[in-house]
Amino acid sequence: MHILPLIEAKSELTDGGLPPEPIVLSTRIRLARNISPFSFPGWASEEVREEVLDKCIQTLSALGTLSSAVALRMDALSALEKQVLVERHLVSRELTESTGGSGVIITPDQHLSIMVNEEDHLRLQAVRSGFNFKTAWSDINTLDTVIEGELDYAFSSDLGYLTACPTNLGTGMRASAMLHLPGLVIQEHMEKVIRMVNQLGMAVRGLFGEGSEATGSIFQISNQQTLGETEESIIKRLVNILEAIVEQEQNARQMVLETKAAKLLDKMGRALGILQNGHLLSSEEAMNLLSLMRLAVDLGLLDEPYRAHIDRLFIETQPGHIQFTARGEIEPGQRDEQRARRMREEFRRVDGLRISGGGAGA
Amino acid sequence: MAKPEQCGNCKKPATIHLTQIVNNQVHKVDLCEDCPFKKGVTDPEGFSLGEFLLKPGVLPIGAGEAVTCPGCGFAPIDFKKHGRFGCPQCYETFKGMLKPMLANMHKDVIHRGKVPDRALTRVSIRRKLEELEEGLQAAIEEEAYEEAARLRDEIRILRSSLADAPKA
Repeated sequence: MHILPLIEAKSELTDGGLPPEPIVLSTRIRLARNISPFSFPGWASEEVREEVLDKCIQTLSALGTLSSAVALRMDALSALEKQVLVERHLVSRELTESTGGSGVIITPDQHLSIMVNEEDHLRLQAVRSGFNFKTAWSDINTLDTVIEGELDYAFSSDLGYLTACPTNLGTGMRASAMLHLPGLVIQEHMEKVIRMVNQLGMAVRGLFGEGSEATGSIFQISNQQTLGETEESIIKRLVNILEAIVEQEQNARQMVLETKAAKLLDKMGRALGILQNGHLLSSEEAMNLLSLMRLAVDLGLLDEPYRAHIDRLFIETQPGHIQFTARGEIEPGQRDEQRARRMREEFRRVDGLRISGGGAGA
Repeated sequence: MAKPEQCGNCKKPATIHLTQIVNNQVHKVDLCEDCPFKKGVTDPEGFSLGEFLLKPGVLPIGAGEAVTCPGCGFAPIDFKKHGRFGCPQCYETFKGMLKPMLANMHKDVIHRGKVPDRALTRVSIRRKLEELEEGLQAAIEEEAYEEAARLRDEIRILRSSLADAPKA
């Protein structure tokens, strides 16, 4: 098992490098880079892909920042290992389906990772828990500058970093945050929010990026445009929009508490009941129940330490992780049993939601 | 309006519904969750790009036109299959047709962000070195030894700066 050390290590998102906070689960920035004069991975021959992969792994592994990182070739991983990496957002689904000559380099705490030969030769990623664009940008910018000292990036003074897809030209940067928005979902305001965000040139996606659903009321919001602005100004625009959404979410939660407190408490109470007593849980149901538990922490109904706990379970309740923990591929039915067992253990010690008087104290 | 229940590709239940408006033309696609991935398409933007580019009137080229990138042999028609370019040089080759597309896609068509200074310096030094080496070769053949000595010194200096330049 090549990835076991990663799963057992303390990682940024499962053991929060920075303290977790309400609403913004994590911050992520990725940079698309290509190496001149090689063809882009999707168009390059198998030999060129192999050459680029070898060159990148060799050069990058020698960098001080990445000296303790693991370099994995995708063709050496099992389907289950790949799935676990996707669930941790360390590789994309596209990379797991690519033909030979692709790989990934991951630091032990997983806050930096580099995909090789995905859509572009290099996709550098920095992840931080919570709302931390400043740290994430400084991490990725430093890494990028160090790599640029060693590899010849494909760059044009007019179009910036040259990428396989023209939608990534310029900065090659996609900055995003993972937001937990149960208030806006309950109030049925998400459609409006998505429309507004789209109009401002930002994209809204589900937990696992393109084409995925917003299970657990978790949404990923990122910039669409990459050319014509500096990295800092793209991030600033995104941060302004995110702050506006966070405020909307707080208002929505306040409204829910004022107008339908009993309904919300009932939902959270039942969710806890299922987590403590259920025997079959699909990953989607688990995500939705955990989402309600995170909201309960935000509202002061569960102890603060549960927040980090829940964030970890968001990842470890995914099908790949459940199977990985069970040490092998198992049937969906057994997975649901396994998942429910894990939840019973995790929530066993909770005495119930801390409710004073008739309603919830916000 | 109710959303179609079947995937347009394989008839499984459709869970992904893409709507695109290009030049006031509404374009809708309904897919199950597997098909976009099977087709190697994970990005709705990338998905429509090839088709969008090859729509009549969008690009000033015909499907059969024989323009190919000297760097990698890529032709505009390959966009339909890939939705992506072949190599960095493609951006120079297909510059003309790219401009209007970029204006729709991005805030502006001029890069204002980070510049990889050291990589660019290396590339220009290497280019200069090639020129000097050709000059040196010519000077030796012409037995212009003073000129050759001067070029050799210049090459030595550039080589050492190249050796220093790339390190962080």
